[in-house]
Amino acid sequence: MTTKGMIHSIETFGTVDGPGIRYVIFFQGCPLRCQYCHNRDTWNIQDGKEVTVDELITDVKKYIPFMKSSGGGVTISGGEPTLQINFLKELLKSLKTLGIHTCIDTSGFVHLSKMEDILDYVDLVLLDLKHINSEKHLHITGVPNDKILNFAKYLSDRNIPMWIRHVVVPTLTDDPQDVQDLADFINTLENVKKVDLLPYHSMGKVKWKKLHQLYPLEDLRDANDFDLQQVSSILLKNGIHQAGSGAA
Amino acid sequence: MTALSAFQSGKWSKEIDVRNFIQLNYSPYLGDASFLKGPTSNTTELWKMVSKLTEEERKNNGTLDVDVNTISSIISHKPGYISKDMEKIFGLQTDAPLKRSVMPYGGIRMVEKSCSAYGYELNPQISEIFHNYRKTHNEGVFDVYTPEMHAARKAGIITGLPDAYGRGRIIGDYRRVALYGVDKLIEDKMKQMSSLEVDQMTEDVIRLREEMAEQIKALMELKEMGLAHGFDISQPATNAFEAIQWTYFAYLAAVKEQNGAAMSLGRVSTFLDIYIEKDIAEGNLTEEEAQELVDHFVMKLRMVRFLRTPEYNELFSGDPTWVTECIGGMGLDGRTLVTKTSFRILNTLYNLGAAPEPNLTVLWSTKLPENFKNFCSQASIDTSSIQYENDDMMREYWGDDYGIACCVSAMKIGKQMQFFGARCNLAKALLYAINGGKDEKTGDQVGPRFEPITSDVLEYQEVIEKFDTFVNWLAKLYVNTLNTIHYMHDKYAYERIQMALHDRDVVRTMACGIAGLSVCADALSAIKFAKVKVIRNAEGLAVDYEIEGDFPKYGNNDDAVDELASELVERFMNAIKKNKTYRDSVPTQSVLTITSNVVYGKKTGSTPDGRKAGEPFAPGANPMHGRDSKGALASLASVAKLPYQHSLDGISYTFSIVPSALGKTPEARVKILSSLLDGYFAQDGHHININVFEKETLMDAMEHPEKYPQLTVRVSGYAVNFIKLTREQQIDVINRTFHGTV
Repeated sequence: MTTKGMIHSIETFGTVDGPGIRYVIFFQGCPLRCQYCHNRDTWNIQDGKEVTVDELITDVKKYIPFMKSSGGGVTISGGEPTLQINFLKELLKSLKTLGIHTCIDTSGFVHLSKMEDILDYVDLVLLDLKHINSEKHLHITGVPNDKILNFAKYLSDRNIPMWIRHVVVPTLTDDPQDVQDLADFINTLENVKKVDLLPYHSMGKVKWKKLHQLYPLEDLRDANDFDLQQVSSILLKNGIHQAGSGAA
Repeated sequence: MTALSAFQSGKWSKEIDVRNFIQLNYSPYLGDASFLKGPTSNTTELWKMVSKLTEEERKNNGTLDVDVNTISSIISHKPGYISKDMEKIFGLQTDAPLKRSVMPYGGIRMVEKSCSAYGYELNPQISEIFHNYRKTHNEGVFDVYTPEMHAARKAGIITGLPDAYGRGRIIGDYRRVALYGVDKLIEDKMKQMSSLEVDQMTEDVIRLREEMAEQIKALMELKEMGLAHGFDISQPATNAFEAIQWTYFAYLAAVKEQNGAAMSLGRVSTFLDIYIEKDIAEGNLTEEEAQELVDHFVMKLRMVRFLRTPEYNELFSGDPTWVTECIGGMGLDGRTLVTKTSFRILNTLYNLGAAPEPNLTVLWSTKLPENFKNFCSQASIDTSSIQYENDDMMREYWGDDYGIACCVSAMKIGKQMQFFGARCNLAKALLYAINGGKDEKTGDQVGPRFEPITSDVLEYQEVIEKFDTFVNWLAKLYVNTLNTIHYMHDKYAYERIQMALHDRDVVRTMACGIAGLSVCADALSAIKFAKVKVIRNAEGLAVDYEIEGDFPKYGNNDDAVDELASELVERFMNAIKKNKTYRDSVPTQSVLTITSNVVYGKKTGSTPDGRKAGEPFAPGANPMHGRDSKGALASLASVAKLPYQHSLDGISYTFSIVPSALGKTPEARVKILSSLLDGYFAQDGHHININVFEKETLMDAMEHPEKYPQLTVRVSGYAVNFIKLTREQQIDVINRTFHGTV
C-alpha cells in the first residue's frame, strides 16, 4: 500500500487520548479555526511531513507489546484526521488487520457519507464538542455545529462507542445554560462511554507566536478547578459522570 | 546451634551458602499491599529527631559535625545513639548521629581539604602520620602515574577516577553474619588460610594470605563492636531483631572503615523475611513490630555519612552513599523472590517519607506478581524513589542472588567484586580524532600526535578511521591507569571487612565506563547523514561545527542512528578487551554518568552534533535533551537496543514524566507505568529511573528548599535530595526532557 498523507508528528506514549498506552498519529491540516487551538501548527496541510501508510504501520508495529499489555492501541488525532479521508481509511484498515484497537480524535466536522465505511474500522471515537450553541460554535471555531451534532447522532445510531470531550474555556464555553443544553444533548446519545472535561490552558500560545500569528485569546485566563467543578456539577445533575476532573 | 535447627537444613548448614538457605526457607508472596502497617508512634517520633538533625546539617553547609581527632575503624568509636530507649536497631558510624569521621587511607589531602571546606581542621598529628609515616592509596597512585596519565586526567578525557578516595563498589555478604555468626566465619577463613599453605609462595599467594589475615582481624573487631553495643554476634541470629541487627552491624563495620564511592547493601530483604515470617508465625512478632524493625533499619541506612570535598560533590552531587538494596526478582526455579519484606522495605517510603537512600532497586521481571508490580509503580508515582533493573536479563549472567553495586553494576553477592573505573569521555575522544590528539579547549597535545582532519566538511569514513585510532589509544591509557589505581588501593586501602564477607576466590571485574554516548552517536549521524562544516580558530584547531540539513537523532527508535550508538558501545568494549588487566579482572563497561554529565559537558568543546561548548551531556545512556521527539516509548526503545552483552556493568536511563501524562486516573497511571516497565524490559532495556513530578514543583523547590526537605529525584543510577544539588545540576534536571508536558 502506498497511500500517502501528511502528518504533523508522532507520540509513542499517549496516555490520555483513549484507553491504555496509545501510539498517537497527529494528522496535519484542520478545517476548524478554534480561537484556543493549542496545536496551531497543525492547521495548514502543506506544512506537514509526507508519509506512507506502510511507513507508519512499520513504526506502529514496534510498539504493539506496550499496547497489548496496557489495553491500548493507536489514536489518530490532529489536526483533523477526517480531512485526509483516503489516507485515514487505508491506515485504519491496516491497523485492524493487525488487530490493533483504533481511535479517532475528531471534531466531527465531516460529511457523513464519507465516514460510513470508515467507521467499520474504528473502535472508539473521541468526539470534541466545542460548543452546543451553533452561533457560538461559529464564533469560536469558524464553522457551525450542525454537521457535528449530526455526526454524533449517527455514531449513536450505529452504536459506536464514543468519548465526548469538551474544553472548558472561561467565559466562552462555560455558560450554565449552554452546559445544560450540552448535557441534554449528550443524554440523547447511546454508547457514550465517557465524558472528558479538558481545562483550557494557554500553553499553546507559543505556537501561534512562532508562526507570527496573533493569539485571539491573549488576555484570557486558564480554566481552574473551580471552573471545571461548575461545569462538572451541571453534568452530574443530569446524570452524567465524567472522568478527568480534579474530583475524579 | 538450636537457632539453626528451626530452619530447613541443606548445603548451607555445612558450608557458607546464603543463597541455599534462602532457597530452602523463604516464602514467596503473591498478595497485595493491604497487610502493611503504618509507622508506630515510636518510629514517627524517632524520625522527627533524625529529620531535625538533617535540617541542622543542611543549614550547617551540609555537614553537621566532624570528628577530626580519630582515624575511623570498626572499633574506633564508642557506640552512638539517636535515642537509646526509642531506637530498635543500634549502631552509628561514630559516637553521635550524622557526625562524620576521617578515613585517611584513601588519601590524606582529600581528608584535610574536606575538613577545611567545612570549617574544621584535621588533628595535626593525623596529618603528620599520613604525610610522613604512613603512605596512602593516593600517594601510591601518584608515585606511579605516567605524564600521559596526568595529562589525560587534567584534560578531563578520563575523570572521576578513584585515585584520591575509596573506590567502593564492593558488596560484602552482610547476611553471612546473621546466618552464621562471626565465629563460624572466622573458622571458615582460618580453613581458607590453611588451604593456602602451598608449595610455592608466589606473589599471588602471599598477597591473598596477607589479605585473609587482615580479614580475620576485621572479623574479630566486628565481634568487639557488637559487644560494645551489648550484643554477642559470635553466634547466629535467632530471631528477626537479631537477624536485622547482625546484618546491620556487618554493614556498619564496612562504612566505618571505607569511604567508598558506593557502599551498597546487597540483597537482604528476602533473606530477612525468613526470620520475620518465622517470628510472626510463632507469635513472637506482630506486623507492626516487624515494620518497626524494618523502618528503624532503613532509618539507620539513611544516616550513613562520609566526609567528602565540595569538588567531589560537584561530580557526585547530593552527598550520595549508594546504599543500594535489591528487591524482588525471580528465582532460577521460577518462583518469585518477592516476599512480604519486599513490600515492607518499600513501605518505608511511606512510613518515613521519600528519600534517596537506601537506593531502592527493584529487580523487575515480566513474571513478577502483578500485585507487587502495581505496588512498585504506585510507590514510584508517589515518591520517585525507586530504580528498576532487568532481572530477566541479568539472571542469565548472574543467577538469582546477585546485588547491584552503586547504580547498575550487577555482581554475585559474596562471590564477586569489581574494580571501579569511573568513566572516560567518548565525545572528547571524537574531538581528539578530528584535532589530531590536541585538546579542543587548550590546544595541548594530550593524545598521540596524528594528522588532524583538514577538510572543511567532515567525511564519515575519515572520521571513523581516525576515531578508531583514538579509541584504542584511550582504552589502553584508561586500563593502564585503572591497573595502577587498583594495585595501590589493594595495597594501601584494602577493604578487609567487606572482603571477609566474600568467598576465598572471587571473580573481579574491571569496570570501565563511557560518558557522552548520545553526543557521539548524534555527531556521527550528523556527519554521515547531513553536512557538518568545521569552524577552526586561528591556530587551525577545530572549535565549532555548522550543520546543514537534518539527520536521524538517537532517541527516536530510528535504526539508522541507534545502530551507530550500539556500535560505539561495542567498539569501545572491544578496545578495552585488548588490554591486560590487574589481577586478571574481567573487563566490563557501563554507560553511566552519575551527575557528572554536567561536569563532562563543561570540560568538552562544541561537538559535531550541534551541542555547543560547555553544554551538559545527557546523563547515562539518555538521548540528548529535546532531541527525542517521538515520545517516551521511542526514546526507551533506542536505549533498549544498546547491547548489554557489551556493557555488562550496566546501561543507565533516566525517565521523567509529569503525573498527568501517565494517565487520567490514579488506577490508570499505575497500570500504565507497570505496562511501560514490562514493555521496556521485554525489549532488553537494562535500567530505568522513574521520576514522576511536575516541573513546577522542582522550580519551586529551587527557590524554597526549606519546603521540600525530602523531595527526591532520581538521577543517573541513584537518587538525591533535590535541594542538595548544585544550582547548575538543578537546572540540568529541570531542562531534561519531561515527557508529556502538554
